[in-house]
Amino acid sequence: MNLSRRKLLILLPAAAVAWDYVLAGTPEDSPNYKATEHWWGMLLDITKCIGCGSCVRACQLENHVPDGFFRTWVERYVVRDWGFEHVKVDSPDGGKNGFPALDDEGKSFFVPKMCNHCADSPCTQVCPVGATFVSPDGVVLVDQKYCLGCRYCIQACPYGCRFLNPETNTADKCNLCYHRITKGLTTACCESCPTGARQLADLKDPNDPVHEFLKTHSVQVLKPHLATGAKAFYNGLDGSVR
Amino acid sequence: MTPYKDVAHLFRLASAFATGLVLFLLLRGSLVPKSFGQYGHYRGDALSEVSSRPISYAGHEACELCHADILEVKKYGRHAHVACESCHGPLAKHAEDPSIAPQKLDTAVLCVRCHEANHAKPMDFPQVHSAEHSAGLPCNTCHQPHTPRIEAEVKKKK
Repeated sequence: MNLSRRKLLILLPAAAVAWDYVLAGTPEDSPNYKATEHWWGMLLDITKCIGCGSCVRACQLENHVPDGFFRTWVERYVVRDWGFEHVKVDSPDGGKNGFPALDDEGKSFFVPKMCNHCADSPCTQVCPVGATFVSPDGVVLVDQKYCLGCRYCIQACPYGCRFLNPETNTADKCNLCYHRITKGLTTACCESCPTGARQLADLKDPNDPVHEFLKTHSVQVLKPHLATGAKAFYNGLDGSVR
Repeated sequence: MTPYKDVAHLFRLASAFATGLVLFLLLRGSLVPKSFGQYGHYRGDALSEVSSRPISYAGHEACELCHADILEVKKYGRHAHVACESCHGPLAKHAEDPSIAPQKLDTAVLCVRCHEANHAKPMDFPQVHSAEHSAGLPCNTCHQPHTPRIEAEVKKKK
């Protein structure tokens, strides 16, 4: 092969660029998924929730959440009389194994809780290293490799949806089963909910049946006064829920 | 006397700054990951890293590919909208390799998770006090989990 020094010097940078692409590996695991075509949220129907804890168990199995920590959990509210100041909330082991029977009368209902995947999320704004962020499809994610474990985001979340994973020592939270929704599946909690109280919503997809529901029902987000742009929409939300 | 006689120290200072700047840029280039800033102030590769994790729940569509007979039975019952893995648990491994058998289920534990009476449950949801309702018998003595309503079973047999 006849290669002059001049040609070699021209080829070297090109080879370096090509090698860089080889090292980078395959860029996308789900090639047909375009993040910019989606905007994810969730619909949680309190009038349908039976507090069975299927979502909590499914989430822990799907995402290997350590015992005693929750990416999603279910709370039981008991509102006595008619005042919001007499609220009793319990959530034994996150509602994972259901709830004990309740003898006292009063208004009572279950509220499934999870990350609200806020569009203007307070948690991502405080991260000093850019390890947590809102993805182009509206999911608040944690970069486990980049997180320092400083816990700033855990403090910042007004909904208490984050925790420090004791196994990885990084911040952890619901990632809306990002590994599932990018493959066209629904989240583990939605898949396992027996009553359809939880439904994944693609707010950019006009064919998603959730749009019809949002149009025809009085839905509310948690702590709307904080203007976090929460995308976990609750149907039948009582004023006592915080 | 020339006016710029003592400028040498300024050049030394400037070169020190320039060296510092070059060092900073080199370090920054090597420490900040390539994909940082691809979509925003975060590592773009994190997206594909999160999405490449394996799944545990196969999804009911995967189950229905093989178990069409169960779907046929289930779709007329009151559990038509309950996904398979809601009761059977995560079975992505079984969907990939059918030789991995799913666990046998115990209806005495499984049914009460949803149907044990609780004041906080919606009024229209079917609930029982299991201790009084079945006197300790497992639920599937009378009810078929895929079509739980007893009358429906009777009608079909006629």
